[in-house]
Amino acid sequence: MTPWLWFALSAVALFAVGLHGLFSSRQLVRQILAANISASAVLLLLVAFARRAPSGDPDPVPHALVLTGIVVSVSATGVALALARRLRVRPPGSRRR
Amino acid sequence: MDPGSAWLPWAVLIPLGGAMAGLLVGRRGAAPVAAVAALLTVAASLALLVEVWAGPAARHFAGGWRPPLGIQLRADGLAAVVLASLALVGGLVTAFALGEFGRRSRLSGLFFPLWLFGWAALNALVLSADLFNLYVTLELSTLAAVALISLANRGPAFGAAARYLLLAVVGSLSYLVGVALLFALHGTLDLPSLGARLSGGPAVWAGLGLILTGLCLKAALFPLHTWLPGAYQRALGPVAALLSGLLSNAPFYVLLRLWLELGSGPLKLAAGQLLGGLGGAAVIWGSLLALRADRLSSVLAYSSVAQFGYLFLLFQLDTPAAWAAGAFLLISHATAKAALFLAAGTLQRAVGHDRVDGLRGMAGQLPPTIFAIAVSAVGLIGLPPSGAFIAKWVLLRAAAERGQWWPAVVLLGGGLLAAGYCFRFLRELFIPGPQPLRLRKIPAPLQQLATLALAALGLGFGLWPAAPLRLLGVGWP
Repeated sequence: MTPWLWFALSAVALFAVGLHGLFSSRQLVRQILAANISASAVLLLLVAFARRAPSGDPDPVPHALVLTGIVVSVSATGVALALARRLRVRPPGSRRR
Repeated sequence: MDPGSAWLPWAVLIPLGGAMAGLLVGRRGAAPVAAVAALLTVAASLALLVEVWAGPAARHFAGGWRPPLGIQLRADGLAAVVLASLALVGGLVTAFALGEFGRRSRLSGLFFPLWLFGWAALNALVLSADLFNLYVTLELSTLAAVALISLANRGPAFGAAARYLLLAVVGSLSYLVGVALLFALHGTLDLPSLGARLSGGPAVWAGLGLILTGLCLKAALFPLHTWLPGAYQRALGPVAALLSGLLSNAPFYVLLRLWLELGSGPLKLAAGQLLGGLGGAAVIWGSLLALRADRLSSVLAYSSVAQFGYLFLLFQLDTPAAWAAGAFLLISHATAKAALFLAAGTLQRAVGHDRVDGLRGMAGQLPPTIFAIAVSAVGLIGLPPSGAFIAKWVLLRAAAERGQWWPAVVLLGGGLLAAGYCFRFLRELFIPGPQPLRLRKIPAPLQQLATLALAALGLGFGLWPAAPLRLLGVGWP
């Protein structure tokens, strides 16, 4: 079992954990956290795939993809948290006439 | 190294710059800035159209670097046609919004920058030529859509926006896992070179399957469509028009691109059958729900579920003529649905509600808007001379030639059901009411004109289909 295989398998496991949390939670903030776990898992998978040779330097292209992915997931988390705050202040079901 | 055609990055940078300028000038200046940016974006899109019309597909290499390390923007016939439709529909909805949102209002200061940002993301999506760029631009357009939905500033709108965001994120992550798998196996993200190198095997099919699932979730294919009706019903009129016409078409466009350029073989055939089956189910399910809905915006939302289902029939009828018909159907639905949502928003503001059974007699009050509704309904049902009729005709012929009965049943039955729910609200609008309704807010002439122009665009495609068809043929993958 090489290290990169450990990375890849744990990434898959974390992705499943995050998905389960997303679909089984009732609170929005928990769903956001679960989505973040899944996103980190996918990025870990990309990092694991950056291996080129057992002893050589890793491929930098997946690392660049991971950096972009981090930015995208942070932005999405920001938007989701802003929505969560508005939902807490004004719970769904109340309408402003 | 020579970076290539310059119009491609301008089509992305102009709306992006307009969005940032709109945020900087605040509520006072957002509307004029948006008007200028919209005009320039439409001009850039049409310039690109002219360039692609003449010759081979236009390319731009960011920074002058070639693939596989550099990012390539590419505009072939399909991209140019979709870009032009983005420009026309987006420009007309912007014109409507200029009349709808009061000067210097909070909504004006937020809507225009968000929409311009979404427009930049969509233009970049249409012009992308590698898997990861498609992911990033898809995410950007989703974020813009979520923010636009939440502009309605009510609890249910925030709930619908949050639900859409979470499901869209799940779809994007699934897509990204697929991209990671394909990259690990083939070492490139660039679509043309990936198409040449693609091998078979379980890992490749797993990657493609994950990408397919993610995109179907974002495109609201039945049974993954549950987020769509809530979001469309609770958004403001112009926002719902943008969602239904443009932003929700983006995942389908990505799916179309990947289908045309990647993969082949028996598993692809099976996937096509699955997508066609689910698309047909979407048509029937959405149309039945639309028949029963009590609010006009609900009818239109369920109708969108049905119309998106038609597009997925294309994957079952895998012929070049069918693909051209699909592009026609996409654009025709975009114009018709956008016009209908704008008109529904106008009616809601005028009367205070949008219950279908309470709209009696509106035809006498707002003639241009009601005329636009009627013309758009023609496009939805697929009657001649709309572009949708030509598209459905071509699809029926393709289904008959291939001996596939399910698409034919869906196309004909779906048209019948669409007629059912369209006539439901048309009937109410044209019956004279008990007494003249007092209107709360009369829409500006610009708004009615924009709605009418959108509806007329859908007919225009039907009356002059030769030009778009010729353009689609340029650089066809």
